[in-house]
Amino acid sequence: MLWEGLQVTLAVGVCAMVLALALGLLGAWGKLSRNRWAKGVAGTYTTIIRGVPELILILLVYYGTPTLIQNTLEGFGIDIIIDINPFLAGFITIGFIYGAFATEVFRGAFLALDRGQIEAARAIGMNRILVFRRVMLPQVWRFALPGLGNVWMVLIKATALISVIQLPELLRNSDIAARAVREPFTFYFAASLIYLSITIVSMLAQQVAERRANRGIVRA
Amino acid sequence: MNLEIIINSIPALLDGAMLTIEITVISVALGLVCSVPLALARVSRNPLLWGPAYGFIFFFRGTPLLVQIFLIYYGSGQFVDALKSAGLWVFFREAYFCALLTLTLNTAAYTAEILRGAIMAVPKGEIEAARACGMSQALLYRRIILPKAFRLALPAYGNEVVFLFQATSLVSIITLMDLTGVARVLVARSFAIYELYITAAAIYLVITYGILFVFKKIEFRMMGHLRQRPDGEAAVAAGTKPTGIGLR
Repeated sequence: MLWEGLQVTLAVGVCAMVLALALGLLGAWGKLSRNRWAKGVAGTYTTIIRGVPELILILLVYYGTPTLIQNTLEGFGIDIIIDINPFLAGFITIGFIYGAFATEVFRGAFLALDRGQIEAARAIGMNRILVFRRVMLPQVWRFALPGLGNVWMVLIKATALISVIQLPELLRNSDIAARAVREPFTFYFAASLIYLSITIVSMLAQQVAERRANRGIVRA
Repeated sequence: MNLEIIINSIPALLDGAMLTIEITVISVALGLVCSVPLALARVSRNPLLWGPAYGFIFFFRGTPLLVQIFLIYYGSGQFVDALKSAGLWVFFREAYFCALLTLTLNTAAYTAEILRGAIMAVPKGEIEAARACGMSQALLYRRIILPKAFRLALPAYGNEVVFLFQATSLVSIITLMDLTGVARVLVARSFAIYELYITAAAIYLVITYGILFVFKKIEFRMMGHLRQRPDGEAAVAAGTKPTGIGLR
């Protein structure tokens, strides 16, 4: 049962992380762009997300979105009942929240790029997309890795909150088991050890990834 | 959007916000007190000191806060008899006490880690200079290392307080009537889901940026000795453009 829960937790975590990375790149582009609208939207996004607890956002998305859609459709005379899948609501909310944190990480990484290299690449005739792919992205990846590792570790812990909307992930399943056997401490402690091992594995993976990304770089 | 529901709910939500702030202030204060000896134990070379401190910090930073809350609130139920005979059950029975205990231990671990980083970042030269003046280890920590470390830790600590403030929303899950708890009860009663949650979110947002503002002020005061004087010298410095932000 805990094993099944772990699988759901990891699935939610990975899906949310992919979403967070995509939103993070988009958000960093928005924050650094000269377009006033993109800047405004990205700024508002990170400000609001970082100022509101995750739990409120999860409840808002899970319970609020179906009602919002139903009420809107009711206005058009369509009467339906929508039930959001907790998995979908969970990973979208978590991904949306940590996208704001990833935005800040990517923004810092883009600012750490050497301007001269980009100018040089432009000067030898690379177009914008090619510069982004060949010059910027490989380095941004390297600068952003430590920050993104942190985002992942905070994110996987945040998935425990989705147990509130009844998704059978690790904590929810431990909760059910604990109530059935009446040994709450044993089961919650087991759950915490599993989370701890996810953290340890992630830390090791991060070290390996960082070493790989930094190969060929002379340490100061 | 129903404005009337929002306006009618605001007094109750503000009551909830008071409990949220109360829990935050108490656990931040207690957590800070616990974190100093914890950080000192963590940087010590004695394995009997840094071992347990490392384990404690690692456990509380490596597991979700919600699991910790469940572990202490529901988990204590497994040891009712032992706790009763120790006379502690009156505390562990209360959600309020369990919430405070968990949040305090949690923030103590995070704060100790921040302090550890700050202690390690104190310049070697300052420590050597203090030793050369003949300061004892205790005096060195009291007069040189800790004051410097507190100042270095301040920006990160401000973020930690904000995170803890937001994390208090989890206590609503163990039935406490904090801001989130009140919002959930009102939603269950009126079904005005987004009106109430968005109002609650707005209150959280305002307090969060209030906390950040206060920490900016404290930082500004504590860094006074490093500030540029508003005279000609500073104007010259301001005239030279910082490099590397061309993208903006």
